[in-house]
Amino acid sequence: MAKTSVSNNVTRSNRKWIIGYSIAGLILFITYQFLIPWEGLPLGIYDAVYQWMPPSAINESLVYVIMALGLNIVVGYAGLLDLGYVAFWAIGGYCAGWFMSEFFYFLNIHFLGSVPAEAPGIHINFWMVLLIGGFVCALFGILIGAPTLRLKSDYLALVTLGFGEIIPQVFFNGENFFGFNISNGTKGIVRVDPIPVGVKDLGPFDFGWKLLIFLLLTAVMVFISLRLRRGRLGRAWLAIREDELAASMMGVPLMRTKLASYAVGAFAGGLGGVAFATHVDGVYAERFNFTISIFLLAMVVLGGMGNVWGVILGAFILSWVNGNGLTAFGQFYNDRFGTEVDFASFTFLLFGLVLILMMLFKREGLLPESRLKLMLHEDELDDEDASGSKKKVGK
Amino acid sequence: MMKMHLVQRRKWVSNPMANVLEAQNISVQFGGLLAVNNVTFNIPNKSIVSLIGPNGAGKTTFFNVLTGLYKPSAGKIVYGDREITDLPPHKIAEIGIARTFQNIRLFGLMTAQENLLVAMHSHLKAGITSTILRTPKQRKEEREAEAKAQEILDFAGVGKWTHEFARNLSYGDQRRLEVARALALNPKVLLLDEPTAGMNAQESQVFIDFINKLVSERDIAVMLIEHDMKVVMALSQRITVLDQGEKIAEGSPDEIKNNPRVIEAYLGKPKGARK
Ligand SMILES: Nc1ncnc2c1ncn2[C@@H]1O[C@H](COP(=O)(O)OP(=O)(O)O)[C@@H](O)[C@H]1O
Ligand SMILES: [Mg+2]
Repeated sequence: MAKTSVSNNVTRSNRKWIIGYSIAGLILFITYQFLIPWEGLPLGIYDAVYQWMPPSAINESLVYVIMALGLNIVVGYAGLLDLGYVAFWAIGGYCAGWFMSEFFYFLNIHFLGSVPAEAPGIHINFWMVLLIGGFVCALFGILIGAPTLRLKSDYLALVTLGFGEIIPQVFFNGENFFGFNISNGTKGIVRVDPIPVGVKDLGPFDFGWKLLIFLLLTAVMVFISLRLRRGRLGRAWLAIREDELAASMMGVPLMRTKLASYAVGAFAGGLGGVAFATHVDGVYAERFNFTISIFLLAMVVLGGMGNVWGVILGAFILSWVNGNGLTAFGQFYNDRFGTEVDFASFTFLLFGLVLILMMLFKREGLLPESRLKLMLHEDELDDEDASGSKKKVGK
Repeated sequence: MMKMHLVQRRKWVSNPMANVLEAQNISVQFGGLLAVNNVTFNIPNKSIVSLIGPNGAGKTTFFNVLTGLYKPSAGKIVYGDREITDLPPHKIAEIGIARTFQNIRLFGLMTAQENLLVAMHSHLKAGITSTILRTPKQRKEEREAEAKAQEILDFAGVGKWTHEFARNLSYGDQRRLEVARALALNPKVLLLDEPTAGMNAQESQVFIDFINKLVSERDIAVMLIEHDMKVVMALSQRITVLDQGEKIAEGSPDEIKNNPRVIEAYLGKPKGARK
């Protein structure tokens, strides 16, 4: 029966994707690491790749993918609106800034780092800093969530919005944070340590190898997302998204379950923050602004809330358009027609249009989770039944 | 007023069966409206008791108090030997008071099986790490939970819909699935809010048999809110009548049938007051 196959889809084993993902990732890696720099490659192709899809753009997109996957756990799985996700990006970034750079120049702490032992500052191994960033963010997720998750969703959105404004501001003005310099303020923290991978240390320009690392981190997030969703916690998140009151009546502790989604989502934010710091080789406060939160939210919505593959697609497309696609297109267009239109300045106009069009014609996103698709489309058929029977208590 | 309650109370204390749940002098206030007024209601072990009354009498509100959704403005609730008045809803569910809803509130876009597994949430142990790593223990727990869910689905007569989204089920099956979901909590007390609403006579009979079987096979007590008098009379060992938030009568089906106050509450009003 057609109906049954839809639901079976949801609970299908996730072993298969690992093979497909690895192959696709490897092809991408080989292309960028070996094929593009290859001397025999026609110059035209080389130029085109660098105009449309340079290695740095791929890597940056992957950082967005990691973050969007984290936000998806909060927004897509548990159905909580979070407008301040950029805060976790910032916190993760500064974890990298603090623990793998010369920022604390008056200290000399090394732990399996990738720089010579006499270098000043704190230099902890990248892989550990990843975990530190993840856990510090998870902790902040719990701290911000504990007092606010009791709120109704509209208020929750407002509080997260405030949180997403405050944290970056703290770092922005962090040169004198109660007498301590925690961020170098607007100057930022320039240079973070390379990533040690045993045979080699990956600096800011080892795009190909870092692509592999970011692909790995993305895979980890996909893995975590899929495993959690199929388990006890994921079911409780979905139940809360479906009907919070019924979930609590069935023994699901709302606060703890929502907090868990915040913590796991924030953890991913931490991973993304650390990864981004190594990508841009520094931490710059002005980069963590409100638009990033909205941007990430748009990725989750565009791709298809709740479906990791949709979210990955959405994140890739939007970050590419934002980071490179639109500029490249502008260059192409201006060269061709001899105009001087500043296409990059239309980014937000374009995103606004895309979101509005999506809401009008494809609310469930590009690659929707099958249940969401069902919900949104059946709502159109019997709106009354869907809302009437769900949102009311008793009479 | 007080006296009436005392009399009734003695009656139930003298009953050899102990009460699994005692709601004592419960009142619920919504602004100026006293939706439940000083109602005492006990559920003896392994019994089937009913709460009836015209629409708006406060029956669902009383359920909402028992399950912790509303806190009563006065009175207390004792479950076994433990006071649960101030426990949060999920705790009350966890320790064994499960319910269904007057308007079905299944997790429509989750499968029948998942609906039951959600209800088992509080009895399962797997945490974040063990779920991500799929430890042998977590897998065993999931396997056992799925088997138990299937058993309950079969018991409730919806065993063939395991992997179907709840919202795709027929109305009657959704009602049955909601009971199954409540049973997945492994409750000592099952609260059913108008479970046969919308069922035809034959389906209602199946439901009556189902509840009788349930109570005879398991250590469970059932409290029923029901409009269908045939179902109420067939199942209930005791019936309590609520009108405008007040308990106006309590007794065996025969006593209630002939109670003048009950007849007045039901028939002495314009027909529109009832469903
Ligand atoms: N959350 C609420 N807020 C305000 N009034 C309520 C609420 N819930 C129920 N009521 C009112 O309490 C009264 C009893 O309602 P209810 O318990 O649903 O009746 P019943 O289930 O017996 O038909 C009604 O007048 C209803 O409007
Ligand atoms: Mg009611």
